[in-house]
Amino acid sequence: MSDQAAMAQRPGVNAHSDPIVLRATGITKVFPGTLALDSVDFNVYHGKVNVLVGENGAGKSTLMKILAGVEQPTSGSIFLEDKEIHIRSISEAAAHGIGIIFQEMTLCPNLSVVENIYLAREVTQRGVVIDRKTQKQHTRELVRRLEQDIDPDTLVADLRIGQQQIIEIARALAQDIRILIMDEPTSALSTAEVEVLFRVINELKNRGVSIIYISHKLDELLQIGDYVTILRDGRLVETARAQDISVPWIIENMVGRNPAALFSRTEHNIGDVLLKVEDLTLPRPGGGYVIDHVSFELHAGEILGLYGLMGAGRSDLVDSLAGIRPEASGKIWLDGQPVRGTTVSDRIKNGIVLVPEDRQREGLVQPLSVADNILLASLKRYFNGFYLVSKKEKEAVTGMVKDLSIRVASIGQPITSLSGGNQQKCVVAKALLTKPRVLMLDEPTRGIDVGAKSEIFEITSRLAQEGYGVIFISTELKEVLAMSDRILVMSKGAITGEFTRDEATEEKLVSASAVGHTVAVFANHNGKENSHGNS
Amino acid sequence: METAKAGSARKSGRMTRMNTLQFLLRGRAFIALFLVVVYFSITLWPQFLSAGNIQIVSKHVAQNAVLAIGMTFVILTGGIDLSVGSIVGLTAMIAGMLINKGIIIPALGVVVYPSTWMILVISVAIATLIGMINGLIITRFNVAPFIATLGMMYIARGAAGLLNNGYTFANLVGRPELGNTGFEKLGAGSLLGINYSIWIMIVFAVIAWFVSTRTPFGRHVYAIGGNERSAELSGVRIKRTKVLVYMISGFCSAWVGLIIASQLVAAHPATGNAFELNAIAAVVLGGTSLAGGRGSIGGTLIGAFVIGVLVDGLVMSNVSSFWQMVIKGAVIILAVVIDQVQGRMQARIALQQQQELR
Repeated sequence: MSDQAAMAQRPGVNAHSDPIVLRATGITKVFPGTLALDSVDFNVYHGKVNVLVGENGAGKSTLMKILAGVEQPTSGSIFLEDKEIHIRSISEAAAHGIGIIFQEMTLCPNLSVVENIYLAREVTQRGVVIDRKTQKQHTRELVRRLEQDIDPDTLVADLRIGQQQIIEIARALAQDIRILIMDEPTSALSTAEVEVLFRVINELKNRGVSIIYISHKLDELLQIGDYVTILRDGRLVETARAQDISVPWIIENMVGRNPAALFSRTEHNIGDVLLKVEDLTLPRPGGGYVIDHVSFELHAGEILGLYGLMGAGRSDLVDSLAGIRPEASGKIWLDGQPVRGTTVSDRIKNGIVLVPEDRQREGLVQPLSVADNILLASLKRYFNGFYLVSKKEKEAVTGMVKDLSIRVASIGQPITSLSGGNQQKCVVAKALLTKPRVLMLDEPTRGIDVGAKSEIFEITSRLAQEGYGVIFISTELKEVLAMSDRILVMSKGAITGEFTRDEATEEKLVSASAVGHTVAVFANHNGKENSHGNS
Repeated sequence: METAKAGSARKSGRMTRMNTLQFLLRGRAFIALFLVVVYFSITLWPQFLSAGNIQIVSKHVAQNAVLAIGMTFVILTGGIDLSVGSIVGLTAMIAGMLINKGIIIPALGVVVYPSTWMILVISVAIATLIGMINGLIITRFNVAPFIATLGMMYIARGAAGLLNNGYTFANLVGRPELGNTGFEKLGAGSLLGINYSIWIMIVFAVIAWFVSTRTPFGRHVYAIGGNERSAELSGVRIKRTKVLVYMISGFCSAWVGLIIASQLVAAHPATGNAFELNAIAAVVLGGTSLAGGRGSIGGTLIGAFVIGVLVDGLVMSNVSSFWQMVIKGAVIILAVVIDQVQGRMQARIALQQQQELR
């Protein structure tokens, strides 16, 4: 008794009264050479959002895969409403009413929205012919419930990433589920879309669906979650009610250290204008502009934050500067010299280099080793005209591994064996070895754990100190505010706000990022009224 | 203390067992080669291991190996070149025509007979140009490599037939008064007792190994096959590299065409029929992934030898040609299956090493 009373003082208490729908006890999962989960107990409370947090490699995804039937536990049992069950495949999980939305998109881009939603569980007439009418009608209802305006016959490839994620969610909803697992569902969603998702989650809760929710966005967890379970290195650290805990508490338990050091910003001197961009324009196929005559300056030793909603043109802006968009036009000066040449290799030669947003698709060459990946953009530096000097290559790689403290067993190992954070550091290392003047980081902290994030911030700060001009893109307000010397806000392809570090607040950034949208709405209304008037 | 010791001992024991298996799997192409050589050495003792036979087998292997070396570059970028067999035939026919008919210049009403050296240069240049056209079609017009080179396969084969209306250019010895004799030496001549064609294979293999492993171009080839988008964003010039790769393939095909025409002292338009498939088989057998980004020249060379030794050994053992095909097919499939197993294992080991770091 006294023990329990003592425990009640701490937030991580087991005083939950809600009914448990699914109980996993003593789950251990051994991969060859790795203990991914070490006798973890996990309860899923009925009709609640059960949040699972932890750094990359903490075992969250493995635990989810076990519950969804993708992996089998080495030992341990799973009870569904006090009856032990064995889940051997996704379809068995589905039969038990467990659905999962994977972190990686699992949609087929070549099929339409309807076809994707009903993939592998097509509604048929007499088991043969697909009942397209019913499918389409149900899809329409689902999409409407998610407050989206997507035609069921659209190809998934034609949807924005955020919309694709919505379809992924709709697919899970199309099944009759009791438990829904969501692995980082919001990583690709805009703020507005996240709100819709949260409304849907609340609606599901009211209907008695239990949600298991994984995310790296800690604010979000506390906003939507009811119970929070923290994993670290394959072990259960704490379970607590969301109302009893705070973000710093979560971070402390996740990383086992003080979160105050997360944003380690060092003061640095800002120098002369390094990069000057004038009238940068990127036409949108079919009229209008993705980037609408943008002009700005970047100083040496400055971290310039770039904020905006999804589709505001942030990524398109840095892509254009990096030479990925040959159709972009405008004038660029570096150190007062006009930058000529429009290809990626020209821009790298000039000293403008991008760390792209999508690490897997655009940053890494998966079959190659850590060393070959890091060296890829700067091979000319080790080429003596006849062959690549391995000594120079090795020096460069080991130097970078040390500088950025990339954790690798050997530089010859495959890049895919590294954690997300270390992979990201390799992409940064690749960019740095080109000896750039301007470094553009597009969402460098996406999908990596808190510890690695903090390291990326530290590296960014240090680079600014060393005189690089850094352009830093993030969808997370706190990151942009903490890191930047100056912040540009974009909306609808134009710069709608510029704030110094002292001026900037979350409210100002958000309102600037919505500027074009409200105007556009008004314009539409006016346009409509006018046309009515005319007719 | 003691348990910790036991634990680490057990762990290291597992590591060594895994490493041995890993080593065996990694060297599987070499082991396969060793096994087929040993098998035929025993069953066909002693003639299989005679110097004469080794020379003959190597000569057969050389043709496929040279094609496969060029093909390796193409496949490493994630492409494929189906036109190599036809380019072999076309090059042979071009060389034959240049020797027997010369270059007819209607405007001047004269016939120019290039020297043998010029013939080699012209034939190789044309084949390399065809490779370049392949590359340009693929990169500029965004045509899938399979389709572009399939088309080129028909075009080159048709062109080879057109050069002499489907007939063979026979007796390619040239005439002393025209100064174009000596073409047959390429196929028959030897240096240090080793046939020129084998030397060509060795030299090409060494250069290709060097280029693929020690130059930026080689690294770019691997990167493009591994992830084209990432390579592009790293400043790799995708289009240029791809065009070069198909040019290399065309260049290699040309030499095979010349070697065959020279060995036969005749050029037949069907020369090199279906050679592209043998070359692809050698590349795949050597551990190069058809998806690109993974593989090596050394592997390809071993792959070519496995196929060559297997085929020649089966012929000498009087195995029917139908069984030969069945066995060859089974070996190729088995090799790729083992390749998949090894890939998975390697990933696990790397993960394990990474884990121990923590």
